[in-house]
Amino acid sequence: MRSRRSVTAIALTCALVLAACGGAGETPAAGNADKGEPAPGVTDTSVLIGTHQPLTGPAAPGYGKISVGAKAVYSYINDNGGINGRKIDYKVEDDGYNPTKTVEVVKKLVLQDKIFAMVGGLGTPTHSKVVEYLNTEGVPDLLVSSGALMWDDVAKAPKTFGYQVDYTREGKIQGQYIKDNFAGKKVGLLVQGDDVGTDTQKGLDQFVKDQIVSRQTYDPANTDVTPQLSALQAAGAEIVVCECIPAFTALTILTSLKIGFKAQLVVSSIGADPATLTGLVEQFAKQGGSQVSGAALLTGIIGTRYLPSVRSGEDPWTTFFKQIHDKYIPDEAFTDTLVFGMVQAYTFGQALKAAGKDLTRQKLVDAMYSGELKGPGLTPFAFSKDSHAGYTGALVFQIAADGSVKTLQEAKTTDRDNGPVQDAKSDRPKPEEVKLVG
Amino acid sequence: MTTRLPPLVLHLLAALACLVLLVLLTLVTDPFTNLRIATVGYYLIAVAGLALLTGFNGQVSLGHGAFMFIGAYTVALLVKRVPAFPIWVDLLLAVVAGGLAGLLAGAAAARLHGPYLAGATLALAVGLPAVAQRFPDLFAGSNGLSFTVNSQPAGLVGVVPATRWQAWIVWLAVLLALVVLVNLARGRLGRTLRAVRDDEVAASLAGVHVGRTKILAFLISSACGGLAGGLQAFLLGTAAPGSFTPALSLSLLAALVLGGLGSLWGALWGAIALVYFQVWTDDFAELLSLRSDIADNLPLALYGVVLIVIVLAFPAGIQGGVRKLWVRVRRPAPSQRGEK
Repeated sequence: MRSRRSVTAIALTCALVLAACGGAGETPAAGNADKGEPAPGVTDTSVLIGTHQPLTGPAAPGYGKISVGAKAVYSYINDNGGINGRKIDYKVEDDGYNPTKTVEVVKKLVLQDKIFAMVGGLGTPTHSKVVEYLNTEGVPDLLVSSGALMWDDVAKAPKTFGYQVDYTREGKIQGQYIKDNFAGKKVGLLVQGDDVGTDTQKGLDQFVKDQIVSRQTYDPANTDVTPQLSALQAAGAEIVVCECIPAFTALTILTSLKIGFKAQLVVSSIGADPATLTGLVEQFAKQGGSQVSGAALLTGIIGTRYLPSVRSGEDPWTTFFKQIHDKYIPDEAFTDTLVFGMVQAYTFGQALKAAGKDLTRQKLVDAMYSGELKGPGLTPFAFSKDSHAGYTGALVFQIAADGSVKTLQEAKTTDRDNGPVQDAKSDRPKPEEVKLVG
Repeated sequence: MTTRLPPLVLHLLAALACLVLLVLLTLVTDPFTNLRIATVGYYLIAVAGLALLTGFNGQVSLGHGAFMFIGAYTVALLVKRVPAFPIWVDLLLAVVAGGLAGLLAGAAAARLHGPYLAGATLALAVGLPAVAQRFPDLFAGSNGLSFTVNSQPAGLVGVVPATRWQAWIVWLAVLLALVVLVNLARGRLGRTLRAVRDDEVAASLAGVHVGRTKILAFLISSACGGLAGGLQAFLLGTAAPGSFTPALSLSLLAALVLGGLGSLWGALWGAIALVYFQVWTDDFAELLSLRSDIADNLPLALYGVVLIVIVLAFPAGIQGGVRKLWVRVRRPAPSQRGEK
């Protein structure tokens, strides 16, 4: 028996030694970026890009349509000859807004599909788990679909670039607007309990800190916001700033109606798409067994945005995207969420064009801050050698009774620190002035 | 005739053989397939733990994802706060943390039966991830923690792809845990567990301490859950509440039913199904080029259909089907034996 026991002991020891090699500490292994090899995913006639999106799960209502809009723009580009002679092959992976799934599908895109770049990966809790991986692997990580500040970290994530106006900038613009137009009124806050909340507060506090009477957070997994809104009501809030994703903006509207809470709602860009909201409000009410008019409930809501609205018919970019929509995805509702994906795809197209015919990953990254990216957005990007933050500001609008949007304050830009909020320079080209395809 | 080896040695040798096979398998597959193989590994140990609890002991748990949550956060916090610990210590502590949580949950659950137990464990799956939101400074709220586990020996960096190395570690841990599980299940404890499952009164008359047995089953099972969660964190470098929804717990149970409740082999089929059905149905949905809102939901729907079909065709799961087939191969049907 003795010898058998020692066999067991040896086997166990071997196993432990094997497992014990090295500590688990945080220092990343040496990167293998930029080995000077030909860029993965690129041929003479095509370029393969990937993204992770919530096509199912809690964030899918609303956000599931972003990649549909993007796909339409890539089809348009490809049908017109591609960019620098290359067609764009767009691979969308569903992560269900589940961070574990995000890591898996992103590794699939990088290791198996060998994408050239990641474009518009969606979500703060999801995308934050793959930033380090993408940067270690040297994969350009462009136009992240989230307004968290963490995408703008040139030292730690040199390949990652933001897209949306960040939550702090947006908070500053909202705060300044409220201070100027609702001086002395009591302000209540309803924010998502993650970076959305903390980053926004940094901006708001610079202007309305002494006006804020109550701050409530919600968790996306719990769809009852009655306690939060009752607390705001009890605190006597006259203005409610809602930093919520579309589903929770809709819940806020319905719950306010239910408890008889009439405050002026100010919604940030992530949850202020009137078309999506109308749909959600009516759908949720129906699930609760009542019939409401979305248009009536939305009237008077103030929101911020940095992209052309589908309801501002005179904007040349809206017209341009409507044409693409009518040709490629006529069955989809033409919403601001769809336009979000369309602008994102268009912007990536511009970066690809600027990167030139002789394509490498480094050239694409350099193209991001080349100053070539102008167009659909209402404010300029912050992209430079030292900044990877996306859009720099927003305008303030109000939803009118007829469903159109009225601009209350033209686009203003600001920084993520204590800088001033100032008028945006309008050097926005028209679609025909941007030569993208060919 | 040589003397029979004791079961523990036998199982260790079998595990060693499995490990060699797996290393070979990872060597001939690409780095991403290695990641999937590793994923099968950590699901296997989670489902195997559940098999011991539900299949052997008859306690239905709808909350096993909660123990994975505990394991994942244990490894995440250790990697971030105590980087000097080698990964095997982190994993061991994840097992301990999962086991302790299971001890508490089991002590409460031992008094509950059937649907009441299911409800209580479901509450665990729903409620526990909210802890991350309650203490955002420690657990980083909804965002969760992300980190890089640097476990590869310096000499192997660049020689062996990272995912291949990770697959080895995951399977080494899983096989060691399985050896323990198989020994427990085949031995006296296994008999006690089944006795309690089949008839509690008879078992207690036979001198079995029913409550203690049930708690022990919960403890072992949740320790496996803790290990699975720890391995997941090690493999993917993340621990976030969004990953441990009640849907995870339910899919673990579904995988167990699909694979076969009564044996640990069932856990293997269940884990493979959990990882690969999703992949195949995804590919299938892509192939059909359907409208986006249908294509997005098709994989889950197909998974449900397959689950129903398998359970209808083989009430004892895939393992039941395999065993039936095996019996038929070994002993030809009466008609083929020439009996009229």
